[in-house]
Amino acid sequence: MRLELRGVTKRFGGFTANDQISLTVEPGQIHCLLGENGAGKSTLMNVLFGLLHPDDGEILIDGEPVKFSNSGEAVRRGIGMVHQHFMLVPVFTVAENVVLGFEPTKSFDRLDHQRANEEILQTSRAFNLEVDPNAVVETLPIGLQQRVEILKALNHDAELLILDEPTAVLTPQEIDALMEIMRSLAKAGKSILFITHKLKEVKAVSDVITIIRQGRVVGTADPSATESELASMMVGRDVNLTVDKSPYAPGNDVMEIRDLVVRDNRGVAAVNGVSLTVKAGEILMLAGIQGNGQTELVEAIVGMRPVESGSITLNGRDITHASPRQALDAGIGHIPEDRQRDGLVLSMSVADNLVLNTPRNAPFARRGSRNLGAVRENAERLVKDFDIRTTSVFESAGSLSGGNQQKVIVARELSRPLSILIASQPTRGLDVGSIEYVHAQMVRNRNEGNGALIVSSELDEVLALGDRIAVMHAGKISGIVEPTTSREAIGLLMTGSTEAMAHD
Amino acid sequence: MTDVTAQPKRSLWSRWTSSSPVVVAALAMLLGLFIGAIVIMTTTPVVLDAWRGLFHGWGGPGHALKVSFDNVGAAYRDMFTGSIFDPPAFWHSVTTGHDWTNALTPISETLTYATPLIIASIGVGLAFQTGIFNIGANGQAILGGILGASAGSLLHMPTIIHIPVTLAAGILGGVIAGSVPGLLKAFTGAHEVIVTLMFNYVVVGMLYLSLFSTALQLPGQSNDISRTMDPSAQLAPLFGVSSGLRVNYGLFVAAAVVVFAWWFLERSSLGFEFRITGANPNAARASGINARAVVILLFLISGGLAGLAGVVQAAGTTHFIDGGFLIGNAGIGFTAITVALLGRNRPMGIVWASLLFAALGVGGRAMQASTGIPLDLATIIQSAVVLFVATPVLVKEIFRLKAAPTAQIQLATKGWSS
Repeated sequence: MRLELRGVTKRFGGFTANDQISLTVEPGQIHCLLGENGAGKSTLMNVLFGLLHPDDGEILIDGEPVKFSNSGEAVRRGIGMVHQHFMLVPVFTVAENVVLGFEPTKSFDRLDHQRANEEILQTSRAFNLEVDPNAVVETLPIGLQQRVEILKALNHDAELLILDEPTAVLTPQEIDALMEIMRSLAKAGKSILFITHKLKEVKAVSDVITIIRQGRVVGTADPSATESELASMMVGRDVNLTVDKSPYAPGNDVMEIRDLVVRDNRGVAAVNGVSLTVKAGEILMLAGIQGNGQTELVEAIVGMRPVESGSITLNGRDITHASPRQALDAGIGHIPEDRQRDGLVLSMSVADNLVLNTPRNAPFARRGSRNLGAVRENAERLVKDFDIRTTSVFESAGSLSGGNQQKVIVARELSRPLSILIASQPTRGLDVGSIEYVHAQMVRNRNEGNGALIVSSELDEVLALGDRIAVMHAGKISGIVEPTTSREAIGLLMTGSTEAMAHD
Repeated sequence: MTDVTAQPKRSLWSRWTSSSPVVVAALAMLLGLFIGAIVIMTTTPVVLDAWRGLFHGWGGPGHALKVSFDNVGAAYRDMFTGSIFDPPAFWHSVTTGHDWTNALTPISETLTYATPLIIASIGVGLAFQTGIFNIGANGQAILGGILGASAGSLLHMPTIIHIPVTLAAGILGGVIAGSVPGLLKAFTGAHEVIVTLMFNYVVVGMLYLSLFSTALQLPGQSNDISRTMDPSAQLAPLFGVSSGLRVNYGLFVAAAVVVFAWWFLERSSLGFEFRITGANPNAARASGINARAVVILLFLISGGLAGLAGVVQAAGTTHFIDGGFLIGNAGIGFTAITVALLGRNRPMGIVWASLLFAALGVGGRAMQASTGIPLDLATIIQSAVVLFVATPVLVKEIFRLKAAPTAQIQLATKGWSS
């Protein structure tokens, strides 16, 4: 299918999310749409998929102008979308999910399981998308769930696939597999519109790259362009992709975790005998596929989850059973994994969010009464120091972009006297500019002699930031390696294989 | 992605009209009155007869319309003059200096009804802001009334001590009634809606038990009626007993509660922690706020305020309690839930909402007396106003205000969990 956008414009009131966007996806082409968060990629995809209506411009499929009033019409014209957040029914089988809405039926409207399975096997063989049609979706790893999404689109006879940030949740190995699938789909004549902000992937897989910034197409590039060329087009200025660090000079042990066992909500030992030491002046990265106990480990350290056995000490003080308040007061800074859920109160002002966990500390309160002057001064200083883009410190945190929301949390935590910073996925969903900034702040904190334990499932980040890298698998540490270790070796440790240690 | 929800820039006027809750509330009031007018037209026999006349040739549509407008107008006029003031009577008093009682009775009655309602609603609103549904305010108010009436009638001391002691007894009653669900929720995770709701019935039982006890029952009575509170324990009428106006010093108690609530929510550290807990319990936990302590303290404060409302009602208006104390239509603790929602849980919003509800109730009674339109009309208008306030999108659509983009409509509710 040949898809052409001509001058597509979408406004929300006075705000132009898409401004005169034109691009063409040829049959069998992998066309990459590269842009930062907030550049207008998702809006454009929603316009294309019939979820939003363009104010101006037209969409042509094989030369014929089309207008979609809903996503069903887009699907009928052969457009398939794989959303960032999967639209699957977790308790249904793969087959049931794939045929949902277009079910083959037998008499009395009974679902024809056999035909459904056959259809799926046929499609999955044709495109090398192996997956068991009878498996229940919620039991599958994320990478396979994504395959089910792709299968679903293909089963609805999609000729053009839109993949919206498909690699955000995948392991390096799963990303490679996805790239392979994309190539074979393209070879089979399908057109692919690949939306991302990750430069490595863009270079690896795309035929044509269109870069958008602030709702406008700012240029096209060839996959042979360098990463920094792409990044500067995307951000609109030169970007420093490597992290500048002073030489590694570790100090005393700050935090010591011994034989820690922590149960998750289902009662399973999600952390099963972890021992780690974080030194002053170092960043210890905790790598691993999501769901291998990192979340529970962090929650246990910051006092939000009870410890079953083992111990945690901070500067020699036992904090194994500390409450969140005690953990905060002991000098633990915490950047939570889900910033909107645990880190911020979106309806409150930036100023209030900047004192969210220190409302009773001097100078923000005296004898139970808040000192709003001090809260405001603090906010104005931090907004300036940490470059938080907001029209006023009284603006609600929810009105800020994701990057600026994260800066609020980083500013709050790093402006307190800390012994150690615990951060989970600190740059998830952020644009290049914000990632650069957050990384710089973490390195600054390390250079000042504080320890840091940073959980990340982004291998690039792990390698760029870490002084040492601990890899977690199935509740245990499968290895602690140097940042010079190869991506493949770390990838193997992430799957629990200890062979990689031998190569190290 | 932020693209879809990005806020467009708009003119100051349209931003104000589309976002200000005050504008929405005023328009909701207008719509409520409109619905009330329809109810009057479709239920008042005179009006129906006039319309029926069209088919019998008794009069043209002009006549029918005139009868409709006359009746609706009369009903709303009586409501207004019965709850705020009657301009001719007021003017008469201003020019002659006489009959002030007549001129001021409507507004005095409205303020009298609003006084305990403001206090109870602020207690409920505080709980809502903390993400907790205190459906037990009525029971807490009744227990406050019981303890307050007991302190007021069984203890005898000079006014300067007796009033504080009586009010403190009322607060204590509310605290006791509030601490039960508070402790249950904090330590067992029991759902506060169920516990507070059920505890209302327990307290009603306690009301009857106490009214038939030898200590509190009015001597020589076999009915469920308490001793009269000592004059030294009563909140006296503002203009003296001889004025005939019931508005009393409870109004100052309510004003003090409003100021306290404003300070507590906007300026105190504890209030800030309450608001964090209400807006995002996960973030509250991560920020080191002790959820258990918040729940217990909230129930003590919210219950205490409800208890205070109960004792203010007893000491300021009735001066005794009986089997009908805060029961049924008089259940201010239940009305307080609606008033708190209408006032968006903010102290000043609650003041206006309480005055509106009190005025509609008082005016409804005056209207019933003079036009024969049942008091239920006032309830219908109250309910319609709350309904419209709860659906601002509908109000904005009706008045063609800039509608909120549908993407911003939050269908997800926090439900009953906190």
